[in-house]
Amino acid sequence: MTGHRASYLPQALAEIENTDSLVNLEVVRVKYLGKKGIVTELLKGLGQLAPDERPIAGNEINQLKQAVTMALAARRERLEENVLQEAVSSRIDVTLPGRGQRRGGLHPVTLAMNKIERLFARAGFDVVEGPEIEDDYHNFEALNIPAHHPARAMHDTFYFPDGRLLRTHTSPVQIRTMGERQPPLRVIAPGRVYRCDYDQTHSPMFHQVEGLLIDEKASMSDLKGLLHQFLRAFFEQDALQIRFRPSYFPFTEPSAEVDIRLPSAHGLSGWLEVLGCGMVHPNVLRNVGIDGERFRGFAFGLGVERLAMLLYGVSDLRLFFENDQQFLQQFA
Amino acid sequence: MKINTDWLSEFVNITRPPDELCERLTMSGLEVESCETLRLDLAHVVVARVISTVPHPESARLVICMVDAGMRHALRIVCGAPNARAGMTTCLALPGARLGDGACVVETVIRGQQSQGMLCSAQELGLGEDHAGLLELPRTLSPGTALESLTACADSVIELSLTPNRGDCLSVLGIARELSALETVPLTMPTILAVAPDSDEIFPVKLAANAGCPLYVGRVIEGVDADRRSPLWLTERLRRCGIRSISPLVDITNYVMLALGQPMHAFDLGTLKGGICVRAAQSGETLALLDGTTVQLEPATMVIADGTKPVALAGIMGGAETGVQTHTQRVFLESAFFDPVQIAGTARQYKIHSDASHRFERGVDPAGQIRALEMATRLVLEICGGRAGPAVVSTLEDFVPKVPTIDFRLAYANSILGMRFTPETARNIFVRLGFRIAEGTDETWQVTPPSCRFDLAREVDLVEELVRLAGYDTIPVTEPMSPIQIEGANPRTGLASLVRGQLSTAGYFEAITYSFIRREDWQLFAHEAEPLALVNPISRDMAVMRSTLWPGLLQALVYNQNRQVASSRLFELGMVFTGSGPTLDQRLVVAGLVAGQVAAEQWGMPGRVADFFDVKQDVENLLRGCGLRGATFRPATCVGLHPGECAAIDHAGVRLGYIGKLHPKVIKEMNISGEPIVFDINMKALESIGATTFKPHSKFPSVRRDIAVVVPQNVSADSVLEVVMRAAGALLRDLHLFDVYQGQGIDSDKKSLALGLIFQAPSSTLTDSQVEVAVSGIVALLSHELGGLLRG
Repeated sequence: MTGHRASYLPQALAEIENTDSLVNLEVVRVKYLGKKGIVTELLKGLGQLAPDERPIAGNEINQLKQAVTMALAARRERLEENVLQEAVSSRIDVTLPGRGQRRGGLHPVTLAMNKIERLFARAGFDVVEGPEIEDDYHNFEALNIPAHHPARAMHDTFYFPDGRLLRTHTSPVQIRTMGERQPPLRVIAPGRVYRCDYDQTHSPMFHQVEGLLIDEKASMSDLKGLLHQFLRAFFEQDALQIRFRPSYFPFTEPSAEVDIRLPSAHGLSGWLEVLGCGMVHPNVLRNVGIDGERFRGFAFGLGVERLAMLLYGVSDLRLFFENDQQFLQQFA
Repeated sequence: MKINTDWLSEFVNITRPPDELCERLTMSGLEVESCETLRLDLAHVVVARVISTVPHPESARLVICMVDAGMRHALRIVCGAPNARAGMTTCLALPGARLGDGACVVETVIRGQQSQGMLCSAQELGLGEDHAGLLELPRTLSPGTALESLTACADSVIELSLTPNRGDCLSVLGIARELSALETVPLTMPTILAVAPDSDEIFPVKLAANAGCPLYVGRVIEGVDADRRSPLWLTERLRRCGIRSISPLVDITNYVMLALGQPMHAFDLGTLKGGICVRAAQSGETLALLDGTTVQLEPATMVIADGTKPVALAGIMGGAETGVQTHTQRVFLESAFFDPVQIAGTARQYKIHSDASHRFERGVDPAGQIRALEMATRLVLEICGGRAGPAVVSTLEDFVPKVPTIDFRLAYANSILGMRFTPETARNIFVRLGFRIAEGTDETWQVTPPSCRFDLAREVDLVEELVRLAGYDTIPVTEPMSPIQIEGANPRTGLASLVRGQLSTAGYFEAITYSFIRREDWQLFAHEAEPLALVNPISRDMAVMRSTLWPGLLQALVYNQNRQVASSRLFELGMVFTGSGPTLDQRLVVAGLVAGQVAAEQWGMPGRVADFFDVKQDVENLLRGCGLRGATFRPATCVGLHPGECAAIDHAGVRLGYIGKLHPKVIKEMNISGEPIVFDINMKALESIGATTFKPHSKFPSVRRDIAVVVPQNVSADSVLEVVMRAAGALLRDLHLFDVYQGQGIDSDKKSLALGLIFQAPSSTLTDSQVEVAVSGIVALLSHELGGLLRG
């Protein structure tokens, strides 16, 4: 083996070992293995050797090439590893706040309403809606509350000059729905209602969800069963205490009010009235042209603010309508 | 209504402690609001008669009374009450007595004068609020009588919140009847016997109001002494039931009303002329009422009149001139049945609510008038003396309400209730309620409720009575079985939650504001001449219906700004109201506002006040999120918004809403800080958006070319983009406007728009020449239509 061929190997290995970047390593690779590289040139020079020297020289050059190639690969692996190490060596303060637009949130009354709608949707109740400015017929007459009925005193009504009024409950939607659709029916009617009354426990505007089921078999025990399931799901308490007691609404007979008792941890003691309900009065069925002998039904009305207050522990009804961002942010 | 258990126990045998009694009443549908225990300590308090008084030598305010307290010697009492006088009958707390405030009475010396006890006011004994003077007692009481024997010292006062159908329970008798049925215990009410007349005096009565008053019972009592004191037992019962003592005759009518539920009236017969006529008022007639007001009577109003003029608003309130006085000697007692609907109408019309109208409009027992008259007569004779004339009953038989007989099917009741009452149980409950059951078929019973239960008219009413007595807690809990059905989707429901979800994700908080607002706020955004105003608003701030959601949101903004909130993003989803009468339009709208910083203060992102375009992006995202593409924003004017920074939002020829900066005038009027951007979108317009249809997208590489085009200042970005898209045709996949430049290098009446054009062919790789052709086509059309020039 000629001296100058033999000296290439340690020289190449040293150069490879001394590279500090992939770019430099590539320079070394080209120097030795490139098209005009040293090894390539050596191979080209084989032809000028004597025929008997060629096999030996060829062998030597191939060994050189192999050794350089392996050294390059090893160094590449090492340098790549370094690059990777360096890439992951950076550090940020992950406790800094995130950037950009922060989300807003829904009103607690909407959240309670959504929960009510979702639960009844699972029981097959469809959502229906109606106007907020109503006529006397739908708000009162058709619901078995004729003029001068003492029950009108329970509904302090806002009127317009033409005799129309702001609906005092979402029950008129019952009338509209029964007028438009044929039984069997399962609907809930959420929405705003209005009463001329304003203090810590009364708001002139609030939200109700009215529910109505009409079919051939509906009974008071079914009503009880449905509302038991609903209240337990709404308050997420399987052992919620619930009681039904007789009450009076002109559009249902028998009528009931429903009270619940929350665990004492809730801060409220005793029975709390949460909704009114009953079997649809035969006069109401007759008013909308439904055969009261064949079909029967039940209806219930939920006060959404009331339920939201209990669900979230809000003690003053008026907070719902101040729209204080400090209040609204708590439900986001 | 308040009722005390002492009185109640006279009518029915009460076996339960008060809290259980209340629970029982509540669970039977007579809701108890509160129950207050009353414990009076009247030991060592006796009836005393003042024999004489002399002034206190040391004090102008005090007197020294010599008092007969039923002992061998008169007692000497120093007293400061202004009504202390010789001859009066009052009450004396002897040493050892405990006063209402807990103080113990002792024999003492007051300003050098010995005092052997204390003459007391009602308040000092816990017998009322009156502390102006000594409690006056009837002269008929013997001195020395223990006060404990004159009234119940241990009592409970129950306050009931009765539903309007249970007018029959507005009395001690009514509640007693209810308890008797609930507890299966007999009524023990004292028998009311007719008074044998000892005078022939009558006062004629004529009924001329048909159904308005079909039954009127009257009686003359002569020679009464109306100047006496009502006995303590009576005034105490009234007080515990919330009625103030006035005079014995008035107290008696009130007492009977509370006891039996039948309102009564006592006239001073000396002031009545001719006879009683129940009739409609004549136009022009007026009536001065007992409460001091004078009403102009409408012709349809039912009045009680004498021969000359109206003397009472029938069933509601008596007249001032003809009411009983302390000097009244001849009394005419009225006990009548008035039509509930008429009374309710009149009470509402004249805005008068009295204990009488409250009962008459809910209905009184049409068989209870005579009983009430007899009870009142007895009390008058007992307390005020006198000679009673005969009770005179006037009726219009055809108009007296009849007790209905109701067909009742137990099978129907059981199916409505989901229960299984046996005939025996049902029968038993009806009997407890005093219903008569006539022989009918097995399936259908003929049931007649008692006359006091005028609320029962239909089969379902009996069904309710059945389950009410059995207890609602006996209703089983079952699951409704109903055919499964999926109703047609209601686009609105899903849409509302979609909109709410998107806006809250975009940083907005949902507000709920009142649908009625101040007229001044309405005016700021008014497109119409007159607002839709409430006849009876609760206040000026809630007087007219909103025609946009902005005023409410802006008030919420001001509320928060006043509480140091610098930036707000609020939205509301609710109805707005325009037009009136036949043109009334109520529609669901979503509206939002942004005020202050574009985002919360944070590191690494410079603060910036939100402007039109920040909010425009929110609106565009909202519309896209609802499935709506291609909405346009065109310059427009909208009342309340800045004329130069306002756009109408349209889609396919339909107006969706508006977006813009608030008008400076509105900002000033409403005291707003900053320059909020507001928007609103008609929800109805979003309902019709159909499902998205997929179009295949190209898999071939795209080519981007950027151009900057200089156009006159007044050319809108929209029109530049429109021209570019029209010129480019199908190969243009995307178009970004990434810079707007005005300034150096550009004429002052021009602006430069930088556009990124992204070309892509559906089924091949684009060649350079294809792209060049497209770009030069765009440049040519921009120049031709808008005078646009390629920049640089």
